[in-house]
Amino acid sequence: MQNTLYDVIIIGGGPAGLSAAYSAYENGAKKILIIERDRELGGILQQCIHNGFGLHHFKEELTGPGYAYRCAELIKGKEEIEVLIDTMVLLITRDKTVTAVSPEHGLLKLKGKTIILTMGCRERTRGAIRIPGERPAGVFTAGAAQRMVNMEGYLPGHKIVILGSGDIGLIMARRMSLEGCKVQAVLEICPFSNGLTRNIVQCLHDYDIPLHLSHTITKIHGRDRITGITAAQVDDKMQPIPGTEFDIECDTLLLSVGLIPENELSQGLGLEMHPLTNGPIVDQRRHTTLDGIFAAGNVVHVHDLVDFVSEEAEIAGKFAAFHAQATHPPMLRRVNVKTGDGIRTCVPQRLSLPPAGEDSKLFMRVGKPERKVKLEVKSGDTVIMSKMLPVAKPSEMIAINIPAEKTATFGGEITVSINREV
Amino acid sequence: MSETKILNCIVCPMGCEMTATIEGGTVTNVTGNTCPRGAKYAQEEITAPKRMLTSTVRITGGLLPLLPVVSKNPLPKDKVLACAEHLRTITVEAPIAEGATICENILGLGVDIVASRAMDVHAE
Repeated sequence: MQNTLYDVIIIGGGPAGLSAAYSAYENGAKKILIIERDRELGGILQQCIHNGFGLHHFKEELTGPGYAYRCAELIKGKEEIEVLIDTMVLLITRDKTVTAVSPEHGLLKLKGKTIILTMGCRERTRGAIRIPGERPAGVFTAGAAQRMVNMEGYLPGHKIVILGSGDIGLIMARRMSLEGCKVQAVLEICPFSNGLTRNIVQCLHDYDIPLHLSHTITKIHGRDRITGITAAQVDDKMQPIPGTEFDIECDTLLLSVGLIPENELSQGLGLEMHPLTNGPIVDQRRHTTLDGIFAAGNVVHVHDLVDFVSEEAEIAGKFAAFHAQATHPPMLRRVNVKTGDGIRTCVPQRLSLPPAGEDSKLFMRVGKPERKVKLEVKSGDTVIMSKMLPVAKPSEMIAINIPAEKTATFGGEITVSINREV
Repeated sequence: MSETKILNCIVCPMGCEMTATIEGGTVTNVTGNTCPRGAKYAQEEITAPKRMLTSTVRITGGLLPLLPVVSKNPLPKDKVLACAEHLRTITVEAPIAEGATICENILGLGVDIVASRAMDVHAE
């Protein structure tokens, strides 16, 4: 293992890592290694036991474990693909040496021609949002509670308040209800939910769980175990409005307050990071700012659908395989992708185009909910691509594909923006 | 007299906002859906709402103490909680294959509950 020069080393065996590995294999890489820190492959999907995954990618509706199973089946038995589980990557250096440690193998130094970063993301915690009050037991991130309930076999509590209406929070509201718990309320600081509409319907409405928009928690009560919270309405600057406070009793508080791409390794490498996505800057091939280092999935930007994670990882896997085999055409043109009015983030942030151009799919998020607007990709004043959006929400990623022949026509920089005058 | 009802499709993550026209208890028209599944959902949601159920059962001898399960087809919405309660009483033994039937014809509703992952025997 340590004497092998791998074509592709993949850091993380979740959906992004597995899809990248299969794609690298399909595109000719002969020596592929997946390194996973958990005791089995599949990543966070193994605890997402609800359904709704895979409609785009596998053309059937799957549960999280079902999706992971299909990804793992694709790489099973391939002698080109090695897997190390229970192995933690500690460091990656610019010469593409990966230092990792595992109970079985001890300290490992592994070398790759290319590396794909697929470490995913992690949850923001109470510390990240600084909720005042006591420091009792019973405050969990929604994902930690999800792992307890769906994989470890115990309940974090019985009377639940959830802060944040992202998808994990909503899914957990239903999950706790199904396990016989009482979900008292979901509080959301924004005037709109950050979760998918279908989850508001089937996770909250179905169980008569109240959703308080423009509300936050101003105090946590309880000395040993949480006994309740004080909620308050917030103004348009997200500051609590005095006099609007009310108390809700609970023995458990679940936080679903955002996800952060897990990029310690990327930062250690000195990759150029994007301040809004919190992930490495990549081009349409998911090549980062360092030669031979690729990245895909939630480590680049937090996705709402695993199907898009797989799609992105397949791109990274393909071009990492080409890069390792050095058969890719020379890069000639660098085009920066700028975000204009209405668009908060866009991945990729730049394009590296061969002379004939290359299919480039852009994934974007809007800054606030919009209705009946036009998404435009412009080069100077020329509209290259546009797409009508009946609705656009910050929680739902928008994708637009720029075909190869069109990418051959522009240079310098392009801008993606929302046109409201339609 | 017809009435209209606005509802959000839950079939897929697109979450289309649909308007259903209801006349005498039956849905006569659906707009706003992007695919035929939306129209079917609107029809069902107004007349006899159904939901998929995903939960866990206890498993012995496997890597984990829990096995995730899913209903093979949607269940009547008002029976979902009762089904979840019933699943809490079930314990199976590893190995279990993905898709294996865990509970046949749950509560006589004509729907099977199946394993959503495989779980091999795990040596302690």
